[in-house]
Amino acid sequence: MNNQTLIQIEAVSKQYGPARGGVLALREVSLDIRAGEFLSIIGPSGCGKTTLLKMLGDLLKPSAGYIRVKGKTPADSRRARDCGIVFQTPTLMEWRSIARNIELPLEIVGAPRGERARRALELLDLIRLREFAARYPHELSVGMQQRVAIARALAYQPSILLMDEPFGSLDEMTRERLGQDLLDVWQRARVTIVFVTHSVGEAVRLSDRVAVMSPRPGRIERVIEVDLPRPRPAELRELPRYWELLREVRAALRLNG
Amino acid sequence: MTMRLIRKNIQYILIPFALGLFLALWQMVVVVNRYPMFILPTPGQVVASWIDNWQNGIIPRHLGLTLCEIGLGFGIALAFAVSVGYLLAKSPLLEKIVSPYIIATQAMPIVAIAPLVIIWINTGAVQNALIAALITFFPMLVNTIVGVRSVRPEYRDLMRSYSASAWQVFAKLELPAALPIFFGGVRVGVTLSVIGVVVVELLWADRGLGFLLNFARGQLDTPLMFATVATLSLMAIGLYLSVVILERILIRWRRNVQ
Repeated sequence: MNNQTLIQIEAVSKQYGPARGGVLALREVSLDIRAGEFLSIIGPSGCGKTTLLKMLGDLLKPSAGYIRVKGKTPADSRRARDCGIVFQTPTLMEWRSIARNIELPLEIVGAPRGERARRALELLDLIRLREFAARYPHELSVGMQQRVAIARALAYQPSILLMDEPFGSLDEMTRERLGQDLLDVWQRARVTIVFVTHSVGEAVRLSDRVAVMSPRPGRIERVIEVDLPRPRPAELRELPRYWELLREVRAALRLNG
Repeated sequence: MTMRLIRKNIQYILIPFALGLFLALWQMVVVVNRYPMFILPTPGQVVASWIDNWQNGIIPRHLGLTLCEIGLGFGIALAFAVSVGYLLAKSPLLEKIVSPYIIATQAMPIVAIAPLVIIWINTGAVQNALIAALITFFPMLVNTIVGVRSVRPEYRDLMRSYSASAWQVFAKLELPAALPIFFGGVRVGVTLSVIGVVVVELLWADRGLGFLLNFARGQLDTPLMFATVATLSLMAIGLYLSVVILERILIRWRRNVQ
């Protein structure tokens, strides 16, 4: 483990149900995640990528192997609030206004009211939804709601953002726009992002590295360095290197014939 | 312009009109058939009896007692439904063990349990309240369980990722999330508590609107019977509306969700 490693995953397996007749979701997955990087985990559905992400956030326990997040066990890291989580759906509380939704984690930490309000405004500026502060979730589109969920995950300034297919339920155009927004947030908030996705293009466009997983039981098949320059505008698609990388990821996923 | 105004406010014209038509028909039936007052009084005679018995304090006294019993019965049912419902929602094992007994209390006719309760507890008002609570708690209990279980697992994961305490999960997630479904149970519960109290009063009590109804029947004072039924209906409507208003206040954020 070098001093750049923020999250260490060592021979982690996950078994659902009994040893016989149960399901082996992950088999001896090892991966080091570097401080400050944007890492995508991609794989066919059911390969255990969400399971892996949940174990990082201590929402599930590994059956074997170990995980260290900033040198701590996931449980300690959760209590230290190192990670913010964004789920596939926005999971906003419909009875709270947008600003109060963003304040929720701060309320739980016990931050004073003034600080909560100040931080919420700051984050609303970051996601460019300040004028929606007093609105309720149902008044916003799903894409906007997911931006609010990202802001909420950043509320107590975690150093890691765990994202579980956050744009999976959005249409292609919204998805691309939110990807650009996320890169912007990533650069400004200086967080490490672990991003689960099943879109090859999204993984290549956003990430520093792409970890490709095999079907169940999930394993890390390959980790591909995305050596594309940043910032990455939409014109990225004109670079031959972009297409090479797409092909590489697709090959690792065995999608090329 | 005027047409649209009329169409928009047509309910305010039609509702009193329907009521007036109903009263006129009622009056006509009595007059045409020359029914004596103890068979079917006219609306005027009912109103006169109501005013009379309100002024001499008979209706207010019985109404007050019935309201107290309803309040007590509903309160007991609410406390039981919320606390037990929450526990059962959290523990499916406990629910499997306890639910046969709870369902049994609903399968038994209230008239069969009431004599037992009367033997055990000898205070009239408390008896009636308990029996009312027995039929009132069930819809509120079921809706508490359904409400708490309606919280999607991602929301629990979210609260866990914040390392929220059990109390915070309850106050900031489960309670507000369960409230709309819970209130569905409260609406049914409040009407059932009226029925429960009045039925028991009709059968056993020596006070309350149910008793007054029985008493008036014994005296062949049909106008008083009508006046009592009208009082009961107005009371039930009032209680139901106060629940609806409370719901509107507590679940303000829901008003625009459609």
